[in-house]
Amino acid sequence: MNAVSTDLDRAAADAFATRENLREQWEGEASTSHLVQQGELDLSHNVILYLDDITVSFDGFRALNKLSLEIDAGELRCIIGPNGAGKTTMMDVITGKTRPDSGKAFFGQTIDLTRLTEPQIAHAGIGRKFQKPTIFEQHTAFENLELAMKADKRVRRTLFAALFGDERDRISEVLRQIRLDKEADRQAGLLSHGQKQWLEIGMLLMQEPRLLLLDEPVAGMTDDETERTAELFVSLAGKHSLVVVEHDMAFVEALGGKVTVLCEGSVLAEGDLATVQEDPRVIEVYLGR
Amino acid sequence: MRTPFTIRLIQSMPRTGWIALALFAAITWIGVPVAHLALPEGHPLYLSAYTVSLLGKILCYMVVAVAMDLIWGYAGILSLGHGLFFALGGYAFGMYLMRQIGRDGSYQSDLPDFMVFLDWKELPWYWAGSDSFLWSALLVMALPGLIAFIFGYFAFRSRIKGVYFSIITQALTYAAMLLFFRNETGFGGNNGFTDFKRILGHSITSPEMRVTLFALSAALLVACLILGRYLVTSRFGRVLAAIRDAESRVMFIGYNPLHYKLFMWTLSAVLCGIAGALYVPQVGIINPSEMSPANSIEIAVWVAVGGRGTLVGAVLGAGIVNLAKSWFTVSFPEYWPFFLGFLFIAVTLYLPDGVVGLWRKLRTRKAELPPAAPVSARGATTATLPADARPGVQPDATVMESGAPSIAAAKGATA
Repeated sequence: MNAVSTDLDRAAADAFATRENLREQWEGEASTSHLVQQGELDLSHNVILYLDDITVSFDGFRALNKLSLEIDAGELRCIIGPNGAGKTTMMDVITGKTRPDSGKAFFGQTIDLTRLTEPQIAHAGIGRKFQKPTIFEQHTAFENLELAMKADKRVRRTLFAALFGDERDRISEVLRQIRLDKEADRQAGLLSHGQKQWLEIGMLLMQEPRLLLLDEPVAGMTDDETERTAELFVSLAGKHSLVVVEHDMAFVEALGGKVTVLCEGSVLAEGDLATVQEDPRVIEVYLGR
Repeated sequence: MRTPFTIRLIQSMPRTGWIALALFAAITWIGVPVAHLALPEGHPLYLSAYTVSLLGKILCYMVVAVAMDLIWGYAGILSLGHGLFFALGGYAFGMYLMRQIGRDGSYQSDLPDFMVFLDWKELPWYWAGSDSFLWSALLVMALPGLIAFIFGYFAFRSRIKGVYFSIITQALTYAAMLLFFRNETGFGGNNGFTDFKRILGHSITSPEMRVTLFALSAALLVACLILGRYLVTSRFGRVLAAIRDAESRVMFIGYNPLHYKLFMWTLSAVLCGIAGALYVPQVGIINPSEMSPANSIEIAVWVAVGGRGTLVGAVLGAGIVNLAKSWFTVSFPEYWPFFLGFLFIAVTLYLPDGVVGLWRKLRTRKAELPPAAPVSARGATTATLPADARPGVQPDATVMESGAPSIAAAKGATA
C-alpha cells in the first residue's frame, strides 16, 4: 500500500481510471478561490486539522477506516504504525491526492479539503514532504527554493517574475537553515541523499505553510543529520504545525510531541511516546500475537 | 531591487548568442538580398531563385523546430502532430493567396479554380474575410492556436502524458489530413492550393518578393529564438522544466501544471502556424500531405538530431537534416525515408544529446587536457600519472559541466 501510493509517477498510469475524479478537481477553481486565501484560515477553536470518520477504499480494501484525528495549531504530532496502517493514504487525503469515500476533512474551521485541488490546498497553507525526496534535480538548490517560494503562481506572473531583494534574503535564510548555503548553485540532483531530504524540507519552508506533512523525513539520513533534523522540527513547532510520519523511534522520541498510532486505517492509541509504548494493544500490533 | 525586464531579456542569452544572432541577421537581411538582387548572375556569390527559396523554406522549418523544442525539450511533451499546426497556418494564408489570384485563374472566375471545377456557385461561409490580408494574418495565428488550445485543454486536464499523448497528436494530424483530402471540405482536396499570383497586389514570383519573404522568415526565426530564450530562462521556464522532471512536486508547491503546459503548447502551435504562412508563398503550394504523420515525425527528428532542450540545437538539426534531404532527394530519392529512419536510430543510440551534446562533450574533453602540452607528450604524461592526479581533471567540475545537459536531455526523452 505504502509503496503504491507514494509512487509519484502513478498519476500518469492512473490518468484514465481516475479521470472523472480529476475532472471534478480541476473544475470550479474560480468558485472556490475565496477559500484559498491563507489569511482566511480560521483557527478560532485552536484546531488546524480536523479529520472525521474518513473512509477510503481501494478495490474493497479499506486503507482508511473511519479515521478521526485532530491536530492543534502549533502542535508537533508524530504518526506511527505498522506498514499498511494508512499513514500515507491519510496524507494523500489531506493534500487532495485521494478523495475520501466518506467523512470530513477540514483545515481550520472553514476550509473543506475534500473540495479543493492539490495546488489549491498548497496555497491554503499545507505543505507536504514525500517519502522519497522529490526535488527538481535539474535545477540548482537555489532555484528549487525559488520555485517553492510563496508567490503568485499563475502563468502570467511567472512569465515576468523576477526576484526582489527581500525574496533573495529569504531564500538565503532558508538555505542556511537547511545547511545548504554552500551548495546554493549546485545542481540538486548532485546533492547527497540527506541533503536532498533537507532541500525538500527547505522547499516546504519557502511555502510558509501553516501545516507541514512530513512522510519519513529522516529516511536515509545519517545519525548526525537525523539529530539536526529533529532540532529543526522542534524549532519550527509553535509557528507551524507539523505532522510527522516516522518509523525511527529514536527520532520520534527526540521530537517529544504527542504520538498517534495508526493501525488498519484507524487510530489505535494516542498520547506521549512512553504511554503509547506501554499500551498492550500497541505492543500486540507491533510484536504480533 | 528587482532586475528590470529589459535587462533580464538581454541577460537571457549569453553574449556569444547575441553576436551570433546579429551575424545571422546581417547575413539574412543584407547579405542574401544583395547576393540575389544586386549581383550579376555569373558572380560566384550570386544566389539563384531556387537557392533563396530553399533557404527560406528551411528557415520556416527552423522556426517549427524551435517551437517543437520549447514543448518537447523544455516541457517534456513530445508532439507527433506539429505538422498539423504548420499546415493550418499555411492553409489559412493560402486562402488569402487563392483570393488574390482574382480572375487570373484558368476559369477567369471570382471563385478559386477548384470551386468552379466542383461547380460551386459561391464561397463557403468559412472563406468569408479571406480576401483581407489582416483577417488572414489573424487567422494564421488564431486557427492553430485555437485548435491547440482546445485539444491541449482536454488532453492535459485528463493528465494524458508521454507516449499516449504522442499517439493522440499523431492521430489528430492524420484525421485532419483525411478531412482535408476530401473535396467537399472546401480546401482544394488532394491538390490543395497552388498557382498563387500575388501578395498585397505585388507579384509573388518577383525577386523582391522572394527576398522579402526570405527576410521575414529570418526575422521570425530571430524573434522566436529571443522569445524562446527568454521563456526558458524565466521563472515560467523553470516551472515548466520542473513539471517535466517532477510534476507531483510542482502541484504540491501550488502551481497548476495544466495552465503551464497549455500556455507553452498553444504558443508553440501559434509559432508553427506563422512559420507555415511564410512557407506556403515560398514553395508555392500547400496540400494535405503537409499533415501526413511522417512530416510531423520528421520535425521531432530535426530536434533530436540537433539536441533537445537547447533551442540552438533545434535550429542546427532542422538545417542539417533538410540540407541532407534536399541533396538526398535529388541524388537518391528512393532512399530518403530509410536514411531518415537510420538517422533517428543512430542519433537516439549514439548521440542522445544531438549535435549540441556532441559539441559540448568535445569541448569539456578539450578543457580537461593540459592546454600547453604538445600532443605527443600528453600520452606519456597521462599514462605515468595516477588517474586522480591527471592535470586539469577535477572530478566535480567535469560532472557538473558534462552531466547537466545530458541528464536534461535524457529526461526530455523519457517523457
